[in-house]
Amino acid sequence: MTAQRLAPSPRQGTRQGWSPRKRQRVSRGVQYALLIAVVAVLASLADWKSIHQSFFNGQVAADGLPRLFTVALKNTVIYTACGYVVGFALGMLLALMRQSSVAPYRWIASTYIEIFRGLPALVIFLMIGSLPLAFPGLRIPGDVYGQVTLGLGLVSAAYMAETFRAGLQAVPRGQMEAARSLGMPYMRSMVSIIIPQAVRIVIPPLTNQLVLLFKDSSLVLFLGLTAAQVELAKFGNDQASTFANPTPILVSGLTYLLITIPLGYVARRLESRQEGKR
Amino acid sequence: MSTVEIRNLHKSFGPLDVLKGIDFTVEAGQVVCVIGPSGSGKSTLLRCVNLLERPTSGQVFVDGTELTDPDVDIDAVRRRLGMVFQQFNLFQHLTVLRNVTIAQERVLKRGRAEARKIAGKTLEKVGLGEKADCFPAQLSGGQQQRVAIARALAMNPSLMLFDEPTSALDPELVGDVLSVMRELARDGMTMLVVTHEMGFAREVADRVVFMDRGAIVEDGPPEQVIADPRHARTREFLGRVLHPEH
Repeated sequence: MTAQRLAPSPRQGTRQGWSPRKRQRVSRGVQYALLIAVVAVLASLADWKSIHQSFFNGQVAADGLPRLFTVALKNTVIYTACGYVVGFALGMLLALMRQSSVAPYRWIASTYIEIFRGLPALVIFLMIGSLPLAFPGLRIPGDVYGQVTLGLGLVSAAYMAETFRAGLQAVPRGQMEAARSLGMPYMRSMVSIIIPQAVRIVIPPLTNQLVLLFKDSSLVLFLGLTAAQVELAKFGNDQASTFANPTPILVSGLTYLLITIPLGYVARRLESRQEGKR
Repeated sequence: MSTVEIRNLHKSFGPLDVLKGIDFTVEAGQVVCVIGPSGSGKSTLLRCVNLLERPTSGQVFVDGTELTDPDVDIDAVRRRLGMVFQQFNLFQHLTVLRNVTIAQERVLKRGRAEARKIAGKTLEKVGLGEKADCFPAQLSGGQQQRVAIARALAMNPSLMLFDEPTSALDPELVGDVLSVMRELARDGMTMLVVTHEMGFAREVADRVVFMDRGAIVEDGPPEQVIADPRHARTREFLGRVLHPEH
């Protein structure tokens, strides 16, 4: 029965008596024909001149240089780095709190994580932007840089806390037992033995987190930035309105990809290397 | 004063009574081997001696200090107890040398140079002086276990605990680990060894303790417990271990 179903007689089930190989060839030919047809129709419909003018306008793009790199990209990198450092530290703290034997620490940490993973990052940024409305005297240190660091840090901490927790759990229990049996106190064992191994285990997801944060840094757009504070997204948007031409947005987008694609590649390499080790 | 003294020790995991009233001592310089079927509570007993498991009731004394006293500084007691695990538990992110120096520096506050010197000596002792810069993953199981012994020895313990140190090893690697342990015993180290190696127990142990179902059934010199057991349960266990084909 099964054998018959797996290998039907060559004639059975073939349309018009075609061999399976011929059928496959025809099917592939149809797919290519369809693709070529769609591309041809789109190409003939497109207004190449205006597309070139709007999106690949060399003059407009050149006007953004070198500020695209010296201001916009630089700020994006700074915002991302600051947010990442805060998110890393706070995330680790939250992950450790989730393991605490003091129940209220666990509750605080899981509540924080639930809330900040559930909210859109944009809402957090709007909230931070409007904090001075609630507390008129309030000034976040570092001005916009401080606000951005806070916003990106608070959001990424929640995600990183979950990543770190997985990492901490992946370190075999014997490691802690060995450290404690040598007379190391709990915190010293955590710092010297457990955390370094946990961080190593989660380097690939942490790299992915960096990519996400790099993109999320564009949300600072909503904080109101001065010319010196603009990052890639806002820079592109401003340039686009100045020239009434969307080319700068495309350029900004490509600049993001310049960073995110290699980083994503690195993350995947690290991941497969780690899998190979197990 | 005995190195280890245990009085009426009970340990239960939930409804499961693993240790049901153990009384037992280890004198300084003695090698005591604990044998018995799996699930008899011998590993749990060993882990109660450095409080990796907390006894449900009863008392544990090490060098006269009561570990079961809630006010005791357990880290201070553990400094004097070396522990060797079935799964080696070397610190995977550190080199062999660092595995042996880290607790010396962090716990005993030895200087870096001194810790390295002592590490070099203990690694030499277990025959792995040339592996100092390797990572644990680059070593065989037998080599890892010998590093684990060196790591514990570098702390100058007054007692070494071995929890089935050769059970996770390929048969051809068991010999190296046992010969290191034999040498330790010859040097006069006090040792408490949970093991299935009857040859080692017979040859090296001053006393052999047979445990079954959470209690000590028999306790005496190896020529008595292994060669001429009094209890039927000991005979039955030894029959299975020494002649596994039956």
